[in-house]
Amino acid sequence: MGLLSKKDAALITDPFADNNPITIQVLGICSALAITAELKASIVMAISVLFVMGVGNIVISLMRNIIPSKIRIIAQLIVVATLVIIVDLVLKAFQYELSKTLGAFIGLIITNCIIMGRFEAFALANGPWRSFLDGIGNAVGYGVILILVGFFRELLGSGTLLGYKVLGDPIEKTGVYAFGYENNGFMLLAPMALIVVGIIIWIQRSRNEALIED
Amino acid sequence: MSKKTDSNIYTLIFATGMVLVVGTLLAFLASSLKPTIDENKRIEKQQNILYAMGVNDNDESSAIFVSKDKVGEEFSKYITKQLVIQGGKITEDDNAYLIDVKKEQTAEKEGKERKFPLFVGEKDGKTFYIAPIRGKGLWDAVWAYVGMDEDMVIQGAYFDHKGETAGLGANIKLRFFMDDFIGEHLKKDGAFKGIAISKSNNDPKNEDKIDNEVDAIAGATITGDGVSAMIKSELKKYVSFFNTLKTN
Repeated sequence: MGLLSKKDAALITDPFADNNPITIQVLGICSALAITAELKASIVMAISVLFVMGVGNIVISLMRNIIPSKIRIIAQLIVVATLVIIVDLVLKAFQYELSKTLGAFIGLIITNCIIMGRFEAFALANGPWRSFLDGIGNAVGYGVILILVGFFRELLGSGTLLGYKVLGDPIEKTGVYAFGYENNGFMLLAPMALIVVGIIIWIQRSRNEALIED
Repeated sequence: MSKKTDSNIYTLIFATGMVLVVGTLLAFLASSLKPTIDENKRIEKQQNILYAMGVNDNDESSAIFVSKDKVGEEFSKYITKQLVIQGGKITEDDNAYLIDVKKEQTAEKEGKERKFPLFVGEKDGKTFYIAPIRGKGLWDAVWAYVGMDEDMVIQGAYFDHKGETAGLGANIKLRFFMDDFIGEHLKKDGAFKGIAISKSNNDPKNEDKIDNEVDAIAGATITGDGVSAMIKSELKKYVSFFNTLKTN
């Protein structure tokens, strides 16, 4: 039977494809638009959210029987905010360079509605182990889309990947630029992130009829 | 049947308890890590100042500071004088680099006499004057350390920001942007003009060094305008100091 039962494994694999938080549930769009202009930022954000969701889901799940339902949203928000601030402080003290890279993301992690969404929809009703898997699954599903969008936006917008000039130098006119290719500056702007996400949704739905709504 | 966690009393107790626990935890963590964080910030300032006078471990494409364990030694080797200019008076202060530019700007707004730190560095027989400046980007603060010669020609610059958009405005701290400033003249025909971040510069290789313009970053117009405004208003305040260098 392996490490995970079938039901548990589905918690990880579902959000990855047919229940993807971005393309199917359409959550977390704000951060998907804001930080995907380059691949590196997308990867950093994906890892940060993976951590916060994994740990956050466990904490909320452990507290699920003592949190009063009237203030559960506030309690969830406090848990996310606390986790993020702890990570931020520890990084500032021991990994200063990394913390500077992450600085801009801190606020975006706290407000990421996928995190709140999974707390509310899953961790409040399930045990810590399953909640942890659900958190990891959704964070990976989110991260994959983020990295995909970041990949296309950086490649087509700046002609680079992770800062490396993979298409040649646009100013010296080497590589593909020698044939008259130009970077599409529009890719760097937020609307194009939405369009790229839209195209991913389109491809995904056209391949899987079960996802098509009337 | 209502659960016990639904009662008002329980909710109140829970809320108070949670706030106390979280508050204590964060306060404890913040105060116990503060010395380490402050030390990191101090080292970073020294690294930034050295960067602006060309003392760095740059490779071909990325900006790399001198390493943490070497920075103190290099700083005392290259930075010969730290000056504080206040109301026309110039004094030396070995801790001038710790002056908080933000606080000084607030003091200036309140009508007090602002302290302007300036670091004098010597490298390969050349003298560098490095000024810390601070302004506003799109979302939050942007700041820079600008190294100049006595004619206010830029010799090196380090830009940084608090929360500019990743991949767009945040790119002001990348080499391709910062390196464009090297050799640029801040003055035009003897008078201070500043350097504008221009979309219509039409000089992508930045060969024209006396046009008082550098190429803007696509998608980062407001950050660029903020940087232009910061250079113009902040470095202008150092002009009288550079004029005294000429007359002596």
